[in-house]
Amino acid sequence: MSGRIADLKAVMLSLLLFALFLGAWHLAVTGSGTAANVDPEYARLMGAAAMQGTSAMPGPVDIAVRLADLLAHPFYDRGPNDKGIGIQLAYSLGRVLLGFGLAVTLAIPLGFVIGTSPLLHKALDPFIQILKPISPLAWMPLALYTIRDSGKSAIFVIFICSVWPLLLNTAFGVASVRREWLNVARTLEVSRLRLAFRVILPAAAPTIMTGLRISIGIAWLVIVAAEMLVGGTGIGYFVWNQWNNLSIADVIIAILLIGLVGMALDQILGWIGRRLGYQE
Amino acid sequence: MDRPHISIQGLQKQFPGTDRPTFDEVWFNVMPGEFVCLIGHSGCGKTTLLNMLAGLERPTGGAIIVGGQEVTGPSLDRAVIFQSHALLPWMTVMGNIAFAVRSKWPNWKSAQVASHCQKYIDLVNLTGAEAKRPVHLSGGMKQRVGIARALAIQPGIMLMDEPFSALDALTRGSLQDELVSISTASRQTTFMITHDIDEAMLLADRIVLMTSGPDARVAEIVENGLPRGRTRAELHHYPGYYHLRNHLLDFLVRRPAGRPADPRHPPSTRIGAEH
Repeated sequence: MSGRIADLKAVMLSLLLFALFLGAWHLAVTGSGTAANVDPEYARLMGAAAMQGTSAMPGPVDIAVRLADLLAHPFYDRGPNDKGIGIQLAYSLGRVLLGFGLAVTLAIPLGFVIGTSPLLHKALDPFIQILKPISPLAWMPLALYTIRDSGKSAIFVIFICSVWPLLLNTAFGVASVRREWLNVARTLEVSRLRLAFRVILPAAAPTIMTGLRISIGIAWLVIVAAEMLVGGTGIGYFVWNQWNNLSIADVIIAILLIGLVGMALDQILGWIGRRLGYQE
Repeated sequence: MDRPHISIQGLQKQFPGTDRPTFDEVWFNVMPGEFVCLIGHSGCGKTTLLNMLAGLERPTGGAIIVGGQEVTGPSLDRAVIFQSHALLPWMTVMGNIAFAVRSKWPNWKSAQVASHCQKYIDLVNLTGAEAKRPVHLSGGMKQRVGIARALAIQPGIMLMDEPFSALDALTRGSLQDELVSISTASRQTTFMITHDIDEAMLLADRIVLMTSGPDARVAEIVENGLPRGRTRAELHHYPGYYHLRNHLLDFLVRRPAGRPADPRHPPSTRIGAEH
């Protein structure tokens, strides 16, 4: 019971903080009085905002109105520069899932092999350590030059950035399977394939799932930057396009949606991880 | 005279980086259907010796012959009950036992595997806990699963590495009683490591005493003269009980480290029979 009361308190506090944030935001963007000393030329450029002393920054109410507007028709398509927010998110998700899927298909088998072979682990470790900290943006020119396709380049960049944590976690999980579990399998003369699928992978599953969560988080971080560069479609492109249109409301909404989708991806993998995990 | 089921011949283990072997020139036999306990201080390589019998570790000298053949690796014919029970925590009780059963008989159908497992689950009194995972079992129940898993593959030899040492006295007692009835019924060749004298006196036909390491040897082999069909409740009423118990206890207290004159034929005495 006390746990539920504590949860309730936390929710109340979250709501209060959110309300405070919205209130402060609203007050900050609502101008007071008139701006006296404005250069007439600047005033002409800035329009009403400068004359009334209000900020060009949209307030929470503007955002809510615009969000309702965007969400009312999320999937419309009126040409290359005017697509619904749902379509843009779907493009980004598609790229992330492709790049992430590629990373999973490579990293889990390779991580398994590295985890079972101390020699390979030592031999490959320097490469992994050098490749791991490279920024996604640094890969982009090379990807564009070699792949010659901006869409595929974006997927490659997702892949190359999300593969390392998964590779390292899989190798670590496989290498640290408890000796007694392996001994049980050995005394039962279990075949290599059964050993891999019934003992090693289930034992390493929690570590691998942690790697998957880190990887998809990175992939979702990278996609926005990648799409800003390659352009065309996707939520990253949407942010950049709306910045060029100076529609700050759309930029803020995109930021909000990027956060929500990222959280959803993490929660889904977290849920799968709890299903595959085990307690000792 | 039968040929020994297990013959340990001049076994030695020296770990890398040490100048003296942990144990050396260890010789003894286990006859078919016999229950042999090994008692020794920690550090004399008891667990290493059992792992060698299981085929999980290789000796640095000597050999182990089982059924006329040298042990070179693990075998389904030698089941191990581990000290730490070593259940796979992502599998249920039934799953853990079925994993072993399917390893032994890969062509069995699911129904056949399930009914075979059920028989051994019932045997160790775990009926009703089939779908539980190890985390929801008590220490004693976990070790029962370990015992059922080992018995279910119907091995020629059972190897036990201090199977009850992590359990409280009451649970240990009831599991020992069950083990007595199971092993009396199956007459399986069993080799068990223990540091519990009463456990050895209750279960073993012969008790192998090892000196302290390094350079541990078999100091003496004691034949358990207490009458068969022993129970824990009556054990200490047998006339030879204290004689045998004091003999074993003296050995452990004296901590002999010397080498017997002939390691191949350590002194063998029968203690505990009525005088």
